[in-house]
This record gives sequence, structure tokens and C-alpha cells, in this order.
Amino acid sequence: MTLLEVSGVSVSFDGFQAIDNLSFSIGEPELRAVIGPNGAGKTTFMDIVTGKTRPDSGHVLWGEDNRNLVGLSEQAIARLGVGRKFQKPTVFEAQSVRDNLAMALKAPRGPFDVLLRRSVDEGRLHEVAAEIGLEDHLDRPAGALSHGQKQWLEIGMLLAQEPRLLLVDEPAAGMTTAEREHTTDLLNRLAQRHAIVVVEHDMAFVRRLGCKVTVLHEGRVLAEGSLDHVTQNKDVIDVYLGR
Amino acid sequence: MAVSESLPLRPTPRPATAPSTWVFLGALAVFTLVVTVMASQGMISTAFVKTLGKTLCLMLAAVAMDVVWGYTGILSLGHMAFFGLGGYMIGMWLMYARTENIVAPALAQQPLPPTQDEIRDAIGSQIFGVVGSSDFPLVWMFSHSLVAQLALVVLVPGLLALVFGWLAFRSRVTGVYLSILTQAMTLALALYLFQNDSGLRGNNGLSGLQNIPGYEQVPQATISLWFLWASALALALGYLLFAWVVSGKMGSVLRAVRDDEARVRFLGYHVEGFKLFAFTLTAVVTGIAGALYYPQAGIINPAEIAPIASIYLAVWVAIGGRGRLYGAAIGAALVSLLSSWFTGGGAPDINLGVYTVQWTDWWLVLLGLSFVCVTLFAPKGIGGLVDLVQARRVPDRQGDYGPDKGAKRQEEGRE
Repeated sequence: MTLLEVSGVSVSFDGFQAIDNLSFSIGEPELRAVIGPNGAGKTTFMDIVTGKTRPDSGHVLWGEDNRNLVGLSEQAIARLGVGRKFQKPTVFEAQSVRDNLAMALKAPRGPFDVLLRRSVDEGRLHEVAAEIGLEDHLDRPAGALSHGQKQWLEIGMLLAQEPRLLLVDEPAAGMTTAEREHTTDLLNRLAQRHAIVVVEHDMAFVRRLGCKVTVLHEGRVLAEGSLDHVTQNKDVIDVYLGR
Repeated sequence: MAVSESLPLRPTPRPATAPSTWVFLGALAVFTLVVTVMASQGMISTAFVKTLGKTLCLMLAAVAMDVVWGYTGILSLGHMAFFGLGGYMIGMWLMYARTENIVAPALAQQPLPPTQDEIRDAIGSQIFGVVGSSDFPLVWMFSHSLVAQLALVVLVPGLLALVFGWLAFRSRVTGVYLSILTQAMTLALALYLFQNDSGLRGNNGLSGLQNIPGYEQVPQATISLWFLWASALALALGYLLFAWVVSGKMGSVLRAVRDDEARVRFLGYHVEGFKLFAFTLTAVVTGIAGALYYPQAGIINPAEIAPIASIYLAVWVAIGGRGRLYGAAIGAALVSLLSSWFTGGGAPDINLGVYTVQWTDWWLVLLGLSFVCVTLFAPKGIGGLVDLVQARRVPDRQGDYGPDKGAKRQEEGRE
């Protein structure tokens, strides 16, 4: 079943065509890697899906009832079930790991819900903390974590949100080899139930994911298919791999 | 993923209110008691009791300011507008009821008993004679009713904050632009109230507010204590309310909005809703503080809500320490009391031979310098001193004591 369908989306910033008539769709469950050189429009693509950037034209259709996400606010889209992990880990450094996770946990999000319903699902919180290996660090400030641990915390916050679609920007940056393997395992496991889009530069990492690959270039889809298929594509070799 | 079964659902281990809350409330109770005893023994003057009572109201406003600025990151430079509006709302009833108590018996001396309209007209010409009018403007519609005006103490600042905040936050105005907008709000309100036809007696403001209708026989020494107690109670309740609001998940989200509001949106929180909540709630509490302040001050006029007043409020919070409620309260108490000492002629002049430093002129310079110094060298303010003390008592250790295997482990340190 198709969960997200982006069709004919274009956006330009001050005359620069960042996304040019892009079409893309992902099912649920599915794992998809998006690769492409710098400036190919990977981050802008995520900005459009999550509501940060409004496209000049085109549709972003979501879910069973093909709801158009264009024009919805970031928080409305997040509540529909789109979670995002940023390239640079953005956690709330002044707050503890526990508070970061508690904020992300799936729960009613209105001001009065947050004020009055004070209990946190500790079981779920520990489950997520165990998954990301931070169970012993719950009371530390997030700012005191190492770069890799911050990456994990952000992945944990994404899991805690229980989204249907996960947009993951360079999850393995700054991780050790062992951590990378853990990340691949985690993503593969999650992909059995969720739709996941992984943006990644590291070809070895993409290969380990073993999933369908979409190559972006100058805001368009250049090629799509298995990694072997796209790496043999002549256009792809010219613009990306050949350099 | 099977961990969850083994763990029971238990409440968040962090207490709803920090220990500092109880220390603060205890200190406040002791303070109130000591002042009451000293005042009844005649050791301190009625005027000083009023100064202390007013200081408690300013502390409450500062605690509210800390929630909106220190926790939520909205540098509102217009919160004293809400303070003033609260004062105006209670002032309208105080003036109306007191004038009625004077006018009605006088009219009753006449051969014909006065009608309700005659009494009302007489009150009107008493109150508005100073601005060349005798008719009650529409805004005085409910001024005869204490209950209605008390409701307006909450409703008027609350509604203004709600509408202003909704318009500003919805357009995603943030940072210094929002601060300027709040300054414009309080300036516009002050300029409007300065006009004679604003209906609130222009630059004369409302006066005689220290006389409580129905309690004309009670000496001011007693009334000043009543207001001291009421102000202390309001501060205690307001402090508890805000301590509760900024604890737990709400506090987490508010601080997250302060630090990175874009990220909070991607977590699915409606950032504008949370800002509006903090802005409006603090405006309401600030309005209540104002309603307790002005009967002790005796007079309110539009100069009270000039932009500078709100800037002072921010300065108190900055000097006291942003992001901790007791810091804001301490800052407001210290700076406002020092301010009345320096400007009231309490501080001795310093004779430098060629020039005599008169503190009435130089206090603002000193305050400005301390603000700059705090901002540059002690961004945590006076409240930061508490951290210094705590850091000495409890070593903040995370993990083991050293990188090599011979080093003591964390567990050993606790033994």
C-alpha cells in the first residue's frame, strides 16, 4: 500500500530550482535509501514532506484517504505520523535524556494535555532507552552525551514518537563501525512495520541496508531500483559515482 | 523489546516541585510573620509596611516574567501593561465606591431624597470633574460592582494577552522583533490612557486608592498589614502555580520551545499554543499582582505602564537569575528595595571633592552598570550563587573516576 506519494513537486529559492517536478512514492512497510550529490535536493525534499518548505506546485498525498500535506503546519504533519531525524543531531541539550524522550513519546500534544496528564509511560520510555543503549544515562543532560550518543538519542526520540513514516537524514554519521551495524539492524527491523526513507552518503552503509535506492540529481529522480541497478546506470555514473 | 513487561508503570521520579519551592514559601511565611510583629510593636512605619507589601507584588510579577522569558524564551517587554491594567480595574471600583460613600450621605441631607440617577451623576462629576466631564464612560459600566471589577482584573489582562499573543505568535514573530512589538503595545496603551477622553481620567489617573470603601474607620496601619498578608498569599499561590507549571513535561516543552522551537514543531507540538498559554497565564497573574499593588501605592496613572516599567521588570529577572523562580523573586525584591533606598534619599551622597555623587541621579547609572555586568560576567544572576554552593557540597560525577582500570568506579565513590 502506498503511504506517501509525492507527485510533480517543484520548488525554487530565488530562482534556484531546488526541486524540479519530483515524483516519489513509498509504501508501508518499506525501506528506501535516497542518495545524490550535494545540492541534489535531498534535504529540501524532506523539508517539503515535513511541512517546513511549501512547494510552488505539486501534491504530497498521505495515507489511506490521500490527504494533501501541502499547506499543513509542521506539527500537524508530525501528528499525522511523519517523524524526522536531522542530519546534525538536534536534541535539547539543556535537558536530561529522560526529558528528551518523555517529550517525544506518543501522547496527546495540546498545552492542557501536557499540563494536566503528568504520568509518563515509563515502560515505553525504558524500552526505547534500552533500544538506543542509553538506559544508564537517563538522568544525564543530553548536552553531556558524545556525538554518537546524541545521534542515538535522536533516533530514540524518533522511535518514541511512533511515526508511520520515518525520514532519517544520515543516521550513521559520526558512528563507530559497531554502531553502524546496530543502526542498520534497527532500520531493517523497523522497516518490517514502518515506511522509512534514509538519506545517506555512505555507499557501504546503503549496501548493508539492501533496499531499493532512489538517486536524486538537481531536484529530479535520476534513477530508481536496487543499488546494483542504479550503480550501473550511465547517468548515475556520470553525475555522482564517476567523480 | 521485551523490557517493558518487566518494568511496572511508575510515576516520574522527579518531584512535581523542587525543594527550593518549600524553602521559598517558608522564608516568605517567616518574613510575613516578622513584619507583622514588628509593625504591631511600632518598630517599622506604616509606609515601610506598604513598601514591603508592594515589593511582594513586584516579586510576583517578576516570577511571572521569569516563566514567560526565562523558561519559554519570550522576552516580553510589555508585561507591566497587564500589571497596570489590573491596577486600573480594581482602582475603578475603589474610586466609585468611596465617592459614593461620600456623595450619597451628602445628598441625603437635601429636602427631597435623591434618586439613583442623581447619586450616579453626583459621583460622576466628582470623579470626572478633573478632566472636564461628568458622565460615566462606557468602561465604567461595572465599576459599582466589586465582583465584576475583580473579574475584570483577570479578564482584561488575560484577553489583551490572548489577542495580542495570538496575532504575534501566529505570524511567527520571535526574538527581538517580538520584544519591540510588546514595547509598542505597552506604549500605545499608555499613550491612549494619557488622553482625557480615554475614560480613565487621563494623566491624573485614579487616586485615593488606599482608602478601602466600607473600612474608612480602620487605620491605615491595619489596612497596610491586610494588604501585606494578601500580597504574601498571592505571591505564595502564584509561586506554587508556576512551580507546578514549569515542572514535569510542561516545563520540558516550554524550555524546549525556548531552546529550539523549530525542533519542537517536528515533535508534533503546536509551539504557538504553548507560547500563548505561557504568555496569557503570566499576564493574568501579573494583572492580579497589579490589583494588589496599587491599593498600597494609593495612585495609578498611565506613566506606570510606560515602556520603561516593563524593561525594569526584565532587568530584575536578569539580575536575579533567569530560569529559576526564586532568582526572579530575589532580583525583584533586592533591586526594587535598593531602588527606593537610593532614589528616596536613603543612600548618603558621596563627596568626591570636585563632584558630589547624588544617588537620586546616579542610581540609574549604577543599575545600568550592574545589569551590563550581570549579563556579561554572571548570566545566571544572583540565583547562580546557589549553584556555586551546591557544586561544592555535591561533586557532580558522571561515570567512573578515571579512564584506567585502577581508577575508582562510580559505585565506590558513593560508599
